[in-house]
Amino acid sequence: MSNKLINYLETAGLNWAVPVVRLCRGEDAHEQASELFTKVGLPLIAVLVFLLVWSVGASQVKTSLGVLPGPAAVWHQAVNLYDEHQAQREKADAFYQRQEERNAAKLERDPDAEIKWRDYTGKPTFFDQIGTSLLTVFTGFVLASLIAIPVGVACGLSPKLYGAISPLVQIFKPVSPLAWLPIVTMVVSAVYISDDPLFQKSFITSAVTVTLCSLWPTLINTAVAVASIDKDWINVGRVIRLNWRTQVFKIAIPAALPMIFTGLRLSLGVGWMVLIAAEMLAQNPGLGKFVWDEFQNGSSDSLGRIMVAVITIGIIGFLLDWLMVTLQSLLSHQKPAGH
Amino acid sequence: MSVIAMRKEHLHDLPAETAGEAPSRPRAFLDLSGVSIDFPTRKGPFRALNNVSLKIAKGEFVSIIGHSGCGKSTVLNIVAGLYQATEGGAILNGREVNQPGPERAVVFQNHALLPWLTCYQNVELAVKTVFKGRKNKREMREWIEHNLKLVHMDHAMHKYPAEISGGMKQRVGIARALAMEPSVLLMDEPFGALDALTRAHLQDSVMEIQADLNNTVIMVTHDVDEAVLLSDKIVMMANGPAATVGEVLEVDLARPRDRLALASDERYNHFRSQVLSFLYERQRRPVE
Repeated sequence: MSNKLINYLETAGLNWAVPVVRLCRGEDAHEQASELFTKVGLPLIAVLVFLLVWSVGASQVKTSLGVLPGPAAVWHQAVNLYDEHQAQREKADAFYQRQEERNAAKLERDPDAEIKWRDYTGKPTFFDQIGTSLLTVFTGFVLASLIAIPVGVACGLSPKLYGAISPLVQIFKPVSPLAWLPIVTMVVSAVYISDDPLFQKSFITSAVTVTLCSLWPTLINTAVAVASIDKDWINVGRVIRLNWRTQVFKIAIPAALPMIFTGLRLSLGVGWMVLIAAEMLAQNPGLGKFVWDEFQNGSSDSLGRIMVAVITIGIIGFLLDWLMVTLQSLLSHQKPAGH
Repeated sequence: MSVIAMRKEHLHDLPAETAGEAPSRPRAFLDLSGVSIDFPTRKGPFRALNNVSLKIAKGEFVSIIGHSGCGKSTVLNIVAGLYQATEGGAILNGREVNQPGPERAVVFQNHALLPWLTCYQNVELAVKTVFKGRKNKREMREWIEHNLKLVHMDHAMHKYPAEISGGMKQRVGIARALAMEPSVLLMDEPFGALDALTRAHLQDSVMEIQADLNNTVIMVTHDVDEAVLLSDKIVMMANGPAATVGEVLEVDLARPRDRLALASDERYNHFRSQVLSFLYERQRRPVE
């Protein structure tokens, strides 16, 4: 049972929790304690040292918006942002409840009355903005993967195609999202015209910018992975005379999966970095816009709130990476899990 | 110069057909005639095999033995259709070989099992494709299980390759090849990567299966004992470049063969010393 738990923890990348399980199981306490110290204790000490240096260093810097906030001030702002979020939620709930009551009363008086449902249009809170950012990055990332994986597989199977596309990839790969953004903005404005738009233009612009920047790692990794599949595996397919489709789906893609995942992981990391910059400029209501608005706002709280955003961005980036690693160890053959 | 001299010297050891005459004789089951192959290199084409001719009868177990680099695997790959001969070619059962196919199933040196499929699924991938429209689902399942049983792997058929030993993987590789019901089974140093004890076990299994099914088999090997123990015929390759067949030895020891009894058998040791003297006296590798 506890072996299974350890297995789960290792698959999920939560190695630090393994000594705790082992301790509970009554294994050699001394050995597990020293393990726990290296895996949990040392990182904890590093964090504490960082907080100390930050708090001492920050108090020395006087900006036009007051003293640079230390850890305590930032924590205070984080709590503030949460409270604002709660207050905004309550307002929204109250709004919807009033609307419902109003409409019900209207219907009671006259069953044929025309009733209107309106959305609450309050200011998006910090947490709403996290949600928007995640949605945007996933849209851009999924779009990029849907293009990059098939094109990568095709390039891996055909050296000629790879040779043809390679210069384009090399040229577009290093382009910064900030350079793409004006072009994407203009193209989206010109092409995406709708009376009742499903998505906001700023959302599309940010997502497409993420796509353009996160295409490349997946594409290159997929192409290299498919091109370097073990020759024997390909020969197995030739001897069996697998048709083209089976050869791709039963041999090429599973064989390339570990490296494709590495590419996806890099792509998602790039996408998340790019997104913040894109949102700042495209004014997509996400974390990037939050940072930009606070910067423009320039109140004495602003720097603290921006730092909350910085830490949040870091933590979410870390969680996204963790998600990809876990998916990889679950799905690809290098570590068959659950057997 | 020495290679050519050697070839002439041993010409009389070869069956008359291999000298390239007498096309009117009854056709062999598998007929390689005048096979040469060039590999492109930066310094121009490199002739790996030169004028290899071989005739193999149905149900015969043939080993190809030689020093490393003498092109023995290349011969096998040409029969498999994985390489194309530059000159000459192979005819199996009256049809020219020009692409790979399941009637010439290959057992690869390093098993080549797909690690993301279980043993059963590895065999299934072959069976599903080869017997498409000829067997129904139930018959396919029974056929897969039958073949895994044949190599004594039915107990672990739902395990992944990473979970079983090297010998077991090679057994599954053999089951996969047998499941294609090949006319010729091609084995490329099938036991080369295994330890001596496991190798002996697998050799016994192969003899057992061979007694059962009476397949036509071509096996590439560098192990003299293995060649003498398993084969009806041993094809000894002269050294490359431009390697060719040096000598063919008929091993007419009675079957079933028992490795313990044969160890002190005079004729077994005679065959063994013939192969050894070919490899280590006449084809001694030049000091590198």
